[in-house]
This record gives sequence, C-alpha cells and structure tokens, in this order.
Amino acid sequence: MLRLAWKNIVNNPLNLLLSVILFGLGVGLISFLLVFNAQLRDKFDKNLAGIDLVIGAKGSPLQMILCSMYHIDNPTGNLPIQKAIPLLKKTHPLIKKAVPLSLGDNYKSYRIVGTNHDILGLYEGKIEKGALWLKDMEVTIGKSVADETGLKIGDSFVSSHGFTEDVSLAHDESKFLVKGIIAGTGSVLDQLILTNTATIWKVHEHAGADEEDPTHVHADTLAMHTHDNSNEDLMSHPDQEITSLLIQYKSRTNFQALNFGRNINENTDMQAASPAIEINRLYNMIGVGTDMLSNLAILIALVSGLSIFISLYKSMKERKYELALIRVMGASRTKVFMLILIEGFLLALIGWAVGMAICYFGMEVMAGYLKSSFRYSFNGFKWVPEHWYVLGVSLILGIFAAMIPAGSASTADINKTLSEK
Amino acid sequence: MITTKGLSHTYAGGQEIVFPDFTCGAKEILLVLGTSGVGKTTLLHLLGGLLTIQKGSIKIDETDIKLINGTPLDEFRGKNIGIIFQQNHFVDSLSVIENIKLAQTLAGHKSNNEKAQALLDRLNIGDKAHKRMRTLSQGEKQRVAIARAIVNQPKLILADEPTSALDDVNTVEVLKLLREQASEANSALIIVTHDTRLKDQISNQVILT
Repeated sequence: MLRLAWKNIVNNPLNLLLSVILFGLGVGLISFLLVFNAQLRDKFDKNLAGIDLVIGAKGSPLQMILCSMYHIDNPTGNLPIQKAIPLLKKTHPLIKKAVPLSLGDNYKSYRIVGTNHDILGLYEGKIEKGALWLKDMEVTIGKSVADETGLKIGDSFVSSHGFTEDVSLAHDESKFLVKGIIAGTGSVLDQLILTNTATIWKVHEHAGADEEDPTHVHADTLAMHTHDNSNEDLMSHPDQEITSLLIQYKSRTNFQALNFGRNINENTDMQAASPAIEINRLYNMIGVGTDMLSNLAILIALVSGLSIFISLYKSMKERKYELALIRVMGASRTKVFMLILIEGFLLALIGWAVGMAICYFGMEVMAGYLKSSFRYSFNGFKWVPEHWYVLGVSLILGIFAAMIPAGSASTADINKTLSEK
Repeated sequence: MITTKGLSHTYAGGQEIVFPDFTCGAKEILLVLGTSGVGKTTLLHLLGGLLTIQKGSIKIDETDIKLINGTPLDEFRGKNIGIIFQQNHFVDSLSVIENIKLAQTLAGHKSNNEKAQALLDRLNIGDKAHKRMRTLSQGEKQRVAIARAIVNQPKLILADEPTSALDDVNTVEVLKLLREQASEANSALIIVTHDTRLKDQISNQVILT
C-alpha cells in the first residue's frame, strides 16, 4: 500500500514538485520564524543577566540598553563620574552591584570594555584559562573572541578606535596584554574584551595628548599610578567619564527600587532605563514584522494544502479507471480511501522535510549575517518544541486535503466507471 | 464452476433485461453472444460482482454472491474472479510485473515474484517484466491483462470483448491463449462478445436478444 502510494506520487514529478515546494515554503518560513524568535529571545533573556537598571547619559533609552547590555548600538554619550558617585558608593541602600562600563575601542570589531570584576558575576562567567585582568592594559577575553581572533594568553594586540575595525584609527602606541580567557556563557560576555576602566581612559588620554589637547590635566597622573578595579578608584577620578552603569538591586520588590529609575530621570541629568521594559518594547516592534511574516507563511501553507488537494483530485480523476481496477482486483473501499489518504500524507511529509531544509539553510544564512554584523552567534539549527506542532499541523493538513479526493474515489461506482468507454 | 438462475436486471429507466440461465464448469468455455445494447456488459458486471444483483442468483462454486457485499464481496472477487476488460487499464506508476504482483497482494496472497515472472514468460512477455505499462503495445497489454486475470487461479475468468479490436490471425491466437490459460488455472471461462467470428470456435453458447 505504502509502496503503491509512493509510486503514484513520484509517477507525477511535476505535481509532486509544485505541491512539495509550496508546502515546503510555508513550513520553512513558519519554522524559520519559530527558531529565529526562540533563539533571539534566548539571547536577549540570557543577556538580561539580572540587570535591573542601566544608567547612562540622556538619549534614547532603548539605544542605551542595546549598547550597554547587548553591545549592538553606539553609546548615548558619556557619564561624568562626578554625577554617578552616589550610585557607586557601597553604602547605597538599594544597590547591590553597580558595574561601570567604558566603551570606545575595539579589536577586530570585538568591543573592549572597561569595567570591574563584578561583570563576571552578572553573566555567571568563569575563568577558563589564565587570570582576570589586574593592572592597566591587561585584558581577559570572552570565549568567542578567543575562538574567532585566535588570541591566546600572553598575546598582545593593538586596539582601534570606535566600534568597527579601522586600521587608520589604531591606537598603535598602546598594547593590550591577554591575561585570561572566560569560559563560554552563551551570553554577550563571550564577545567582549574586558579590562579596567582606567585602561580605556589611558588609551584615549594618549590619543588626546598627541592629537588635540597636550595640556590635558590627567594625562600624567593617570599614566603614573596603577589602578585597581574598585569603584572607590573610580570615585577618586570624579572628572573622568564612563559610558554607563549596570545596576543590580538588593531587592527588586522594594518600593523605593521601583521608583528609583524614575527619580534619576526626573531629578538628575542622567538617564535610567529598565532592560525588561525596553526589551519588551523592542519585541513589540519586531513583533509586528514577525506577525506579518507568520501570517504570510500560514497563507502559503494553506495555498499549498489547496494545491495538494487539487493535485490529488486531478490525479484521482485521471486514475479513476485505475482505482476502479484496484477495486476489481479485490481492494475494498476502505483500502482505496486509505491509498489516497496515504498519498496526501506522504506529500505533506516530504513537503515538511523540504520546509525544514529551507528553515535550516535560512538559519545558516541568517546566523552568518548576524555574526558578521553584530558578532552574535546563532546556532544554524535548533529543534524547538514548536517543530512538533508544525509537523503535526502539516500532516493533518495533508490528510485533510486528501480527504475529499479519497472520499470520492472510494465511493465511486466501479460499475459506472468501467461501463464508460 | 458458475451457475445462474432467474437473473434479471432493471435499469434506472425502468427497462428490464431477463437473462437466460446457464452453467459453466471448470476448464469449460462459455460464449455469451449479443449485439450492442442487449445487456452484455451488465451481465458481465453482475457475474463479476461489480453490480448489485436485483433478481435471481449467481453461484460461484458454493458461494451465492448475492448474499455478500461490501468488503467481503471485494475480497471474494479478488480471490475468485479474474476479469479481462475490453479496454484494459493498469496502474501506470507500476511496472508490468508489479501490476501482476499487485493483483496477488490485493487478492490477499503473498506477492510471488517467481510465479508472476513464470506467467509472463508463458505469455511470451517475460522480457517486458520491468517495462512501464505505457511503453507496451496493445497486443502486449492484452497479454498482461490476461496474466493479471489468471495469476490468482480464479474459479471464474470473465473476458469482455477480448477480440473485437483484433484481426483474424490475432483473434485465433488470443482465443487459444485464453483457452490454454483458463484450463491451466482450472477456471471456468466466460467470454462476452458481439464478435461472431468466435461462434464457430466455441460450441457452448448463450445468445442474448
């Protein structure tokens, strides 16, 4: 039976091709959206990393979040330490952790981030090899950075200014030294080169000293003493700047914590933004696009269901003698019904497989694109539970489309069919 | 062995055809003659269990086929009746030998490659076994149809106008073939035709008017 159904569908390769390609497109697009959404959310959620609030210069809150937490946008501006001193104090009643971030340089478009050791705690990062940075110009690099650039412990490199690789902007007089590698976390931490805040200042002070402002007050003092990684050290340089602060509250449900962000926005010229809220906003914005696409995909799937229906109905009309003959040879009505049903089922199954292949290649292409433009790594393919759902619906659609042709084939009066000459 | 008694059929338009009683034993041949429109095909379909019997009875061996219907009738037909149609249809997606084996499996037997091949050899189309049906000539197709009808060694073989499209030489040839194969399979053979050339070849006749 199965063999006969199979032979019947491959006997008409053009029909097979049309049905399968249409079906595959629908299934592929739906699966692609599912996998993509799942991975995107997974990435975003992992990078939320228990950060309750991001504080930076005034500007677009979403941009600040994307920049400070996801490292895919530019900073909104700089934050003078002077203003942030109250937040950096260990005695702050609401804040458990305040992790400063200073951006501004990159190596092969991996961002160099000046921060303190607390950032590892936020992303649950652990040292895989070597050690954390201690002195100026020492760095500890994320797993992806190590894998993609081939940097090893003891290697040194020269950074370039900004966020995209540009040889002409290389700060070639200051060399970074790799001290350690952080084990992969699946979060944005994998794509960062971590160092202390003073290093970022130092690199830029040098540039400044050479190019624009030879009398810069801190050029010498910075170079002269070593910096530890504490926030106290930051506070001792109130006229320096950082990019933003990642804040973790002592308690999220504290009433004062709930109003903390608003207070900052209203009473200071700093900006506070909640990652959860901003990311939800982002989801909603992307959501409109993905909703449109999934509706389109469902439409394609329905049209392909229709095409399976038409192709089976047509082939059933063409094969009515054949089907009558199968009855003559001893097949019952139920058998003929099952035969057509199996054909629909097989078409849907092949279509689904083609769809999964389309989904897989789509993800591969997308992953390559995301990697080159955002340094975000996606898996080419990941089985999500929704795939079972798509498989189920595909097969049901195939069987459903075969129902009417199967019904009319099985109830056909063989005596009449065979009498027609 | 087949026996009919008091068989008649009324069409939807109210026109009634009464068929004469007849009997055909194993290894025997019965010729049903009649011009167009006297109910030859209707009789054939009644005998083959393709059309519900309204009046009278048809017994094949000890089974009254009026008493069975639905799936059991389909199965009975597959096992016990082989039909050769005037225009022979096949499952186009299958090869010659697969069509024969399909007849075996649909009748509830195991498909038997050797038996199917031996049968095709006997009908001189053994070398076509793996060809597609559409590549065969009319004469070859008819042989495949004969092979398909007798592969399960049915009690009854029905042939509808097997010679009407053939010239005299081939008519003799096909008749010989049918006669031999039916006798080999130990079947009763009923040929329904308007082809009067067969009149002199087969003595056992029923004439419909």
